[in-house]
Amino acid sequence: MSVTTTPTPPATPTVQPNSRRARQVVRERIIAGLLLASGLVSIVTTVGIVVSLFSETALFFGEVSFWEFLSDSKWTPAFDPAHYGIGPLLAGTLQIAVGSALVAVPLGLASAIYLSEYAPDKVRRVIKPILEVLAGIPTVVYGFFALTFVTPLLKKLIPDLDVFNALSAFLTVGIMITPMISSMSEDAMLSVSRSLREAAYALGATRFEVATRVVLPAAFSGVVASVILAISRAIGETMIVALAAGSTPKLTLNPLESIQTMTGYIAQMSQGDLEHGTPGYRAIFAVGMTLFVITLLMNLAARWLTRRYQEGEE
Amino acid sequence: MMHKERTARRAARKRIDSIFQALFLLAIVIAVLVLVILLVDIFSEGARWIRPDFFTNYASRFYNQAGILAPLVGSFYVIILTAVIALPVAVATAVYLEFYAGNTWLNRVLQVNIANLAGVPSIVYGLFGLAFFVRFLALDRSIISAALTMALLILPVVIVNTQEAIKAVPPSLAHAAYALGASKWQVVSTVVLPAAVGGILTGTILAVSRALGETAPLITVGAWVFIASLPVSPMDSFTVLPVQIWYWSGQPQQGFREIAAAAIIVLLVLLLSMNGIAVFLRNKYQKRAEW
Repeated sequence: MSVTTTPTPPATPTVQPNSRRARQVVRERIIAGLLLASGLVSIVTTVGIVVSLFSETALFFGEVSFWEFLSDSKWTPAFDPAHYGIGPLLAGTLQIAVGSALVAVPLGLASAIYLSEYAPDKVRRVIKPILEVLAGIPTVVYGFFALTFVTPLLKKLIPDLDVFNALSAFLTVGIMITPMISSMSEDAMLSVSRSLREAAYALGATRFEVATRVVLPAAFSGVVASVILAISRAIGETMIVALAAGSTPKLTLNPLESIQTMTGYIAQMSQGDLEHGTPGYRAIFAVGMTLFVITLLMNLAARWLTRRYQEGEE
Repeated sequence: MMHKERTARRAARKRIDSIFQALFLLAIVIAVLVLVILLVDIFSEGARWIRPDFFTNYASRFYNQAGILAPLVGSFYVIILTAVIALPVAVATAVYLEFYAGNTWLNRVLQVNIANLAGVPSIVYGLFGLAFFVRFLALDRSIISAALTMALLILPVVIVNTQEAIKAVPPSLAHAAYALGASKWQVVSTVVLPAAVGGILTGTILAVSRALGETAPLITVGAWVFIASLPVSPMDSFTVLPVQIWYWSGQPQQGFREIAAAAIIVLLVLLLSMNGIAVFLRNKYQKRAEW
């Protein structure tokens, strides 16, 4: 192909290519570059998530007005005429978030207080791993439990409960996020300095008084952060609500009825071979974007609070 | 008179203290009780289906002929590939953050970004996998799409765990190597990483065991529920154990719920053994690493 081959240029006199030192410097640079490239994978992932959600969402809003998305009281992309109001899915998600928090905040906080202020070391060593097991159970297993155990049990107490209902789902989601609140709140409480506790005990305070008037206020931002993170987890939870809460998007706050959450809708719609480029395909991304933004804001708030209590410690 | 009043108040305060101690303990008892009920419920429904057929049969329209061969093998392939993809990237990122990045803005951006990624709901990763791996890269609803999605999902956890493992290596070791004239990469590759390998493996196994139980993103990426052949290449279509459990749980017939429970038992045993391996590795390397 080529007629003349350019002669290889002579090695630059300042660096001897064969010297071990020079080769090492080059190698070190290449390795540093490779490591940096790996580090950028996580940045690229974030960008990829945002771009993929945003581009489909933008196409979605090319067909559905933003106002309809916010104000329409029906979510029926599969019907004719199709309605695209996020309200019903938000209402479902809100029920799960609030309901599960009503279960998990008292349970998780009480557990955390017991573990950090009352429990002897021996008891802690037994209980902590059990709570970790509870936290490690896959959500689909919780979903099975909600559908096949919690719902039938509730049905005995409340006869007009729907087979799929928000109540069973949020009770189970609440149990699922309890270990999260308990372990993160306990960490926050344990980081409250001993001297504060001892000062209160020296004044004759009981353990309950120390826990509620000294430790909790001092660990407050950490405790709130744990609650926000747990609720954000409940909002992003999919399998329990997909199995137990139903698939009827409804603008209701009645926990006895079948509902649908944002995550439940995405799971339900993406299971079939969803036609690429259809409004239905774009709708799951618009819902995903809404979910992403809500959970991101909550996580940022929680991290801001955590930083505050870590700074307050010093 | 005053004295009497004070002792009475003291007794009341003590009573409140004990009442609340009992209430706080009750919360833990409730949590533990739910765990016990959950396990008993699953074992009582599913245990009788755990028999050889169940492991060698494919999915079927008839619950008494259905088995978990395809999802079991599928889960195995997906998590092995997930670990193979995630581990090198995570270790490299952790090494970069701990040794190369210094206290720069890039380091801070990476750290914040990793923390935020860890909080993204798993189904959003599924949507990304669908848009990017399945559609854009046209990898289709395949094992490799699933593994890539899962690898990104567990990446933040593996990075943070690896950073912790690296931080646990005493700096004196690295300093000694530097003093002997070793370059940065020589210190990292011959001193720090070998010393941190136990912690890195433990953290990775725990993260991968989370991937083993994940369902939602794989539904979105396109796992199938009826597969009657074993995958031979990463481009083959797939199903995994949690997706099969989800599908069977949602069937109205009691029989399918029972085999869902049986599949859950298998999944829980797998998760338990992976956690067991992680604990074993941690203990083994901790013993060796007595500086």
